[in-house]
Amino acid sequence: MAGVRELTKLLKSHLLHFPRKSHPLGGSRSAFQTYGRCASTLTFVPDSPSPLDGETQKMNLFQSLTNAMDIILDSDPTSVVFGEDVAFGGVFRCTVGLKDKYGKDRVFNTPLSEQGIVGFGIGMAAAGATAIAEIQFADYIFPAFDQLVNEAAKFRYRSGNLFNCGSLTVRAPCGAVGHGAHYHSQSVESFFAHVPGLKVVIPRGPIQAKGLLLSSIRDKNPVVFFEPKILYRQAVEEVPVGDYEIPLSEAEILEEGSDVTVVGWGTQIHVLRDVCKMAKDQLGVSCELIDLRTILPWDEDTVFKSVMKTGRLLIAHEATLTGGFGAEISSTVQEHCFLSLEAPIQRVCGWDTPFPHIFEPFYLPDKWRCFEALKKISSY
Amino acid sequence: MAASTWLLRRALVGSRGVSYHIKKLPNTLKALRLCSSSSSAGRPQHEYQDKPRFPGALNSYYTEKLEFDDPDDGEAIPVYRVMDRNGKVFNEAHDPKLDKETIKNMYKQMTLLNTMDRILYESQRQGRISFYMTNYGEEATHFGSAAALLPEDVVLGQYREAGVLMWRGFTLDDFMNQCYANQHDFGKGRQMPVHYGSKNLNFITISSTLATQMPQASGYAYAVKRAGTGNCVICYFGEGAASEGDAHAAFNFAATLEAPVIFFCRNNGYAISTPTGDQYRGDGIGNCYRGYGMKAIRVDGNDVFAVYNVTKAARKIAVEQSQPIMVEAMTYRIGHHSTSDDSSVYRSLKEVNYWDKEDHPIGRLRHYMENKEWWNSKMEEEWKREARQQVMAAFSRAEKALKPPVEEMFSDVYDTLPSRLKKQYKECMDHVAKYPHEYPTELYQPDK
Repeated sequence: MAGVRELTKLLKSHLLHFPRKSHPLGGSRSAFQTYGRCASTLTFVPDSPSPLDGETQKMNLFQSLTNAMDIILDSDPTSVVFGEDVAFGGVFRCTVGLKDKYGKDRVFNTPLSEQGIVGFGIGMAAAGATAIAEIQFADYIFPAFDQLVNEAAKFRYRSGNLFNCGSLTVRAPCGAVGHGAHYHSQSVESFFAHVPGLKVVIPRGPIQAKGLLLSSIRDKNPVVFFEPKILYRQAVEEVPVGDYEIPLSEAEILEEGSDVTVVGWGTQIHVLRDVCKMAKDQLGVSCELIDLRTILPWDEDTVFKSVMKTGRLLIAHEATLTGGFGAEISSTVQEHCFLSLEAPIQRVCGWDTPFPHIFEPFYLPDKWRCFEALKKISSY
Repeated sequence: MAASTWLLRRALVGSRGVSYHIKKLPNTLKALRLCSSSSSAGRPQHEYQDKPRFPGALNSYYTEKLEFDDPDDGEAIPVYRVMDRNGKVFNEAHDPKLDKETIKNMYKQMTLLNTMDRILYESQRQGRISFYMTNYGEEATHFGSAAALLPEDVVLGQYREAGVLMWRGFTLDDFMNQCYANQHDFGKGRQMPVHYGSKNLNFITISSTLATQMPQASGYAYAVKRAGTGNCVICYFGEGAASEGDAHAAFNFAATLEAPVIFFCRNNGYAISTPTGDQYRGDGIGNCYRGYGMKAIRVDGNDVFAVYNVTKAARKIAVEQSQPIMVEAMTYRIGHHSTSDDSSVYRSLKEVNYWDKEDHPIGRLRHYMENKEWWNSKMEEEWKREARQQVMAAFSRAEKALKPPVEEMFSDVYDTLPSRLKKQYKECMDHVAKYPHEYPTELYQPDK
């Protein structure tokens, strides 16, 4: 234990007195920066908007979400936005200006109760209204787990389609943020991936976020929409100002390649972009990068097709390994692409621990861990 | 009532000996708001200058006495009733004066529900349906409240509210089809028996998870308010379910968001084997209303007219003032919790017999009708025979019907079938085709 304590001390002093000339574990400062994913070190590569979607405007992720909700509130008089602290604009600024524009009966604060928020949203949706509920952090969605799993997901099925809560969307910020520790960092998608009746969606940037959120809100099924909070301010791109949708349950091939298929979602896509470039530059390996976008129901066909071409698959997610969604993809691909696989499927994930505070740089499936796994399978 | 006594005491203490007598505070917050205006007589001036400014309780005031609020000091909420155990109305002004046909119809439906309960209970005992829950002793809470609502007022229930559905027009066939999970079941045979639902009758499908319908009712009511139809939502639940976190969320959301919902608690003394003494320590469920800023009333749940009056008044307040109301109907669960329960293990037969023989909602209404000479033992005999025949006929129709096709196992998970579910459906049917004698396919409608 003394060793661990010593290490902690060293790390703490290093972080507190940052910048420093050399890393206490022997690396250079710049090397440490790449280990420590935080808002200042993550490389966000903007997408290009589709020319079909018309006029664009520079928006970050939170602004594109506000823009999507603005479009819904404007076009659908039954729609409402609610949750903890959304009235003044939200703790992440996603709902700024909406209350003033649409009134306090349409954009309003609720009491501090997640089970209440989701239950209330289900009720509104059952009445036919469009309910956009916010859970302040994905880490705090668990008090509403019962309402989401036993109620929202089964509402249509158990009533024989007499009733449904399809017009419910639950938004929640998710993922690592550099210093969020246990309860401001979690990626909880796989808990919901085990729930028939729900849809689970995670965008990678502003254009995606707006298009996928518009689809999620209009989808006739309850959707849990996770927003990578580290990208709220950092991810900026030209977002079409008009109304457009990005279909659910469709993965997107971001880069075509022939040697390895690389699958991820949310923030991890930006890590994997770097990894694909490193693989090309340093190993001469051609990677096909796929953003899954929808976790449930997920786009098996796009992934199968890619793996049948490349013969190798690497999946990376921030959530813990055991029971993570990577396991579902891995076993399904193994079943369907057995004859094409030339190496064991690799999963690079968070370790099976609670999400740590000071150890975040060592916890995340960063580009070096992904790169190492990629090396392993490409030379298997 | 404990809280009002506490506030009374506070008022007296705060006035420092000046005579300031409030026997009962009709609406505490309003009363205090009035008291704190400068024109209030009898209170020392410095108190108003020295008023607490804490945002969390703007209507409070300072005291120099260290004194805990003690719920045991107050009186319990009284139980409102209209007629005594012999069907005699105490005060004619409170007789809702429903016409003879309506009352006879109500009585006949209460007994019809009772007859259906007996037959379905027995059928479960014979293994013909898998599960059942009777409504014995709580019939008046169902019919009294249902009759006071409009058909467009949406109902979210727990599971022991079959009478509400019956009043709205759910037929014996509809009940039986659900319990038998046959091809005519609106729910397509997917849920356990007694999990009824009807779109046409505005009765949202029951689920087993306790209290989950409560915050949903608040949300539904909020949407109804925005739609401006002049309707309300009623949400039924047992006193046990009220212990769930969702109940707390529901009350608080409905109050803060001003949702027109009637929270109708059936306090029948037991949650399966758990007596109320193990469930809560306050004065029942109705008592928590003040903490949520809700109006509340307690009613004799075995008195169908009292339940009717209370629900009607509650509906008026909910709709006109757009706020939630709590109704706590005191009753007694005469039957077992369900067919999976033997209640003699945890309560005495003597106790059950008292409620069954001496204070039963059906008996009380029958006394009322007999007092008016609208009903007699001959009519009783005839109706009992007819009710039994009706139930038995529906029963045998439901039993003979086929189950829904297996494809209904896969549909309605989502609005459309995702590709993975399509594959799984095919896999299932291919498997069954391979092992035709291992699956009870003859009981199910063929797949399309």
